[in-house]
Amino acid sequence: MSEETMQIAVTVNGEAVARTVPVRQHLVDFLRTELGLTGSHLGCEHGVCGACSVRVDGRVVRGCLMLAVQVDGAHVVTIEGLDETGEIADLQAAFVARNALQCGFCTPGMLMTCAELLAQASPMSRAEIRTFLSGNYCRCTGFHAIVDAVETTLTQRLQR
Amino acid sequence: MSDPSRASPFAKPNSYVGRALSRAGARRAVAGRGRYTDDIALPRMLHAAFLRSPHAHARILAIDAAEARRQPGVALVMTGAELARLCTGPWVGTLTCFPGMKSAPQYPMAVDRACWVGEPVAMVIARTRAEAEDAAEHIAVEWQELPAVTEKTTALDPATPVLHPALGDNLAFAKTIDTGAVDAAFAKADLVIEETFDFGRHTAVSLEPRALLAAYDQGTGKLTIHTSSQCPHMIQHVFAATLGVPQHNVQVIAPDVGGSFGLKIHTYGDEVAATAAAIQLGRPVKFIADRLESFVSDIHARENFVKARIAVSKSGEIQAFDIDVLSGAGAYSQYPRTSVFEANQILNITGGPYRHKHFRARASVVYLNKPPTSQYRAVGHPIGNTVGEHLVDQAAYRLGIDPIEMRRRNVMPDDGYPATTASGIKLKDLSHQRCLDALVARMNYDALRREQAELRQQGIHRGIGIAAFIKGTAPGPHGYYGTGGAPISLQDACVIKLEPNGGIICAVGVTEQGQGTDTIMGQIAATTLGVPMECVRVVSGDTDATPFGGGTFGSRAAAIGGEAVYLAARDLRQEVLELAGILLQAEPGALDIVDGAIVDRASGSKRLPLSEIGRIGHYQVGELPNSVEPRLSHTRRFRLVDDLYIFTNGVHGAHVEVDTDTGFIRLLKHWVAEDCGRVINPQLADEQVRGGCVQGIGGALYEHCLYDEAGQLLNGTMADYLVPMAAEMPDIDVAHVETPTSVSQLGAKGVGESGTGAAPAVIMNAVNDALRPFGARVTSQPITPEAILIALGKI
Repeated sequence: MSEETMQIAVTVNGEAVARTVPVRQHLVDFLRTELGLTGSHLGCEHGVCGACSVRVDGRVVRGCLMLAVQVDGAHVVTIEGLDETGEIADLQAAFVARNALQCGFCTPGMLMTCAELLAQASPMSRAEIRTFLSGNYCRCTGFHAIVDAVETTLTQRLQR
Repeated sequence: MSDPSRASPFAKPNSYVGRALSRAGARRAVAGRGRYTDDIALPRMLHAAFLRSPHAHARILAIDAAEARRQPGVALVMTGAELARLCTGPWVGTLTCFPGMKSAPQYPMAVDRACWVGEPVAMVIARTRAEAEDAAEHIAVEWQELPAVTEKTTALDPATPVLHPALGDNLAFAKTIDTGAVDAAFAKADLVIEETFDFGRHTAVSLEPRALLAAYDQGTGKLTIHTSSQCPHMIQHVFAATLGVPQHNVQVIAPDVGGSFGLKIHTYGDEVAATAAAIQLGRPVKFIADRLESFVSDIHARENFVKARIAVSKSGEIQAFDIDVLSGAGAYSQYPRTSVFEANQILNITGGPYRHKHFRARASVVYLNKPPTSQYRAVGHPIGNTVGEHLVDQAAYRLGIDPIEMRRRNVMPDDGYPATTASGIKLKDLSHQRCLDALVARMNYDALRREQAELRQQGIHRGIGIAAFIKGTAPGPHGYYGTGGAPISLQDACVIKLEPNGGIICAVGVTEQGQGTDTIMGQIAATTLGVPMECVRVVSGDTDATPFGGGTFGSRAAAIGGEAVYLAARDLRQEVLELAGILLQAEPGALDIVDGAIVDRASGSKRLPLSEIGRIGHYQVGELPNSVEPRLSHTRRFRLVDDLYIFTNGVHGAHVEVDTDTGFIRLLKHWVAEDCGRVINPQLADEQVRGGCVQGIGGALYEHCLYDEAGQLLNGTMADYLVPMAAEMPDIDVAHVETPTSVSQLGAKGVGESGTGAAPAVIMNAVNDALRPFGARVTSQPITPEAILIALGKI
């Protein structure tokens, strides 16, 4: 059986991309293998761990639960794009300063979710931050430092 | 709170040791530019997928792979029997340091019999992973199911089938420690507490699964393996020996490693199979375990049933422990590290903080038709600490003694070292008393107790847990691996080099998995040499670029690798000063290196930049006398010479709330006061402790590989196997008491595992403290809401 394919045209990190993709290929495999955007990681491929989180048309989605063909015509932002626009430079600096990551495998997905939290621009308690991040698995940090980094960044942004 | 009696070689102006520097690797990771094994693609690369046994125990009568071989994109299908013919022989996971231990021969894939659900049976190599998986579905295996041994408590019964008939029974290993006079101590004790404990099997769940990319150059015979590993040199040896490639022709590179926790110190058959395919095909082969196969093929740990009792006097003096451990291993003892360390460590460390003289401990490790068990973060300590600390708490409660006071009366005194535990292990440089003082102050213990009493009146049931611990770190070469016959180095090494520009390259055998090994090695090297941090680049995780070493496990990187860096840097510094002395016509002893420059020691005036030594030493060697041969590269190795382990110690506190209607446990706060010796980077040390605690909490409350009687894993997805997530975890307060170990100049003892070793004990003690008004208690882990409700008699 030959692999069934479809053509898609998608904007990834602001760049127009046209590709023919297997219809069964999920979004993160497409980003990683076709576009070389290896910052999005695969931790479970069943939508639980959050390592593959990417932004599609402004919303954070599980990149392993979406097919590449579903982003035809969409705007996709990965960690590489988020890094280059400087949107979360303060958050990234806080993560580094506070050591809110160890192995770094969860970090791109975690930052995606944190960016969504920060974009709400509303005060949050530590407990609320923890709840917001509860769909992103981190095995290394125990989460405390991540909550610290998000809290610091949120406080700084709200003071600006 | 450092010990003033031991001067630090790092106590100098601008010392990096003791400073919370950030990690260069972190800056890369937050930009999404980490480079993990799966991020690497090589030309003509193929992908491996495995057919795994659906049965816990079954004979393979026939495998028909013809249809699979015809599938699109397939380059190779290899069965276990075919792979076995490419191997130099089977593995046998025994070590001579465990007398009487036995295990069956094991090949990387099942040959004629599968012994657990998930054991690899056949491999497909294809253009894409998807095509490989498609083709694997076309492999037809004719199975004959055999009875499965899945319950450890009956594994040794005569009626239970023997998993490996040639072994005679299902016993892998048995060991007894007995000081003598234990029965007499129990007979005359004022109080005896006896309890049984059941610890669920769980697994590491590193976010990055196991990963390997093997490439073989048929021209040169060089095998290059990129793999997510903590121990590149061990992988080099085992893969070379198994596949008959000369060890020096194998390069193992561990790029960024996405979490490891002991999972990635082991050898896995599927990885060897993929490597064999790369050799056979002469094309790169990648294997990335998916999450579902990780649950059934990664090592498991912690499955132990323990019967234990404690003897105490009326005044609360601990007199004896008596413990009986039944450890459920997998179908084979894991090669080459074995599956018996967990039981062995439980015997070593149970009751380890205390002064009792009488101790008896027995362990039996039995084979089961489940995935092999082996070392996972804090090997044995979660169990030993939980058992010991539960018994101490119960005894304190029965005697009406506060749990803090109970521990004060019994811990080994800080001025009493060296000491030997009743179990026979040697301890040095510990600080239970100072850690207890630190913890009580940080917790505001008395106020918490008052609040607890008030809230109980309102029907709110909070518990305060206390658990002291010891943690064996940085194993020495006399005890286990090398001595026992495993190809694993327990010394480690550093090669440090001065480059022409004055830069320093520091290559180490220990490895980085995000804990900050590279950063702290840089801190040690820069401080010892007297150069800015940015002048030092640390190289790790590549057998071609680093000196031979053991890698990172057993909380050894800082303690062993760090000392090697210190010694090598000290040697390089000495040579630099000698060369500078020649060039400046000064006594080397009158010179110093400060901030990357040779200075006059007395006046501090700058004499030469370090780059001048580099330039002259490498390019303008004619400026030196003919008799002087610059080395500018120094190798030092370090190992423990007398001790089995370095030990760390500490005490945890936990504050929890139990909902007695639902059985749900809310974690309010967690405190740690611990002594990992010299703290090289306080922030990184704190985060090792915090992450370790949460991993321990996972085992205490959530994580459990649930098997049915047929040996099927019932919860092998991340939706079903619960792990700690942000919302449920508490803030964790960490305090360090610093007693540098006397076995090294550096004084670091190791910090990566102790949180995992102690947290399960303190969580269980806190939960039981909350349940005390109901006369209820739990002694099994994970402590599920259901277990709480059963303990309360509500279901």
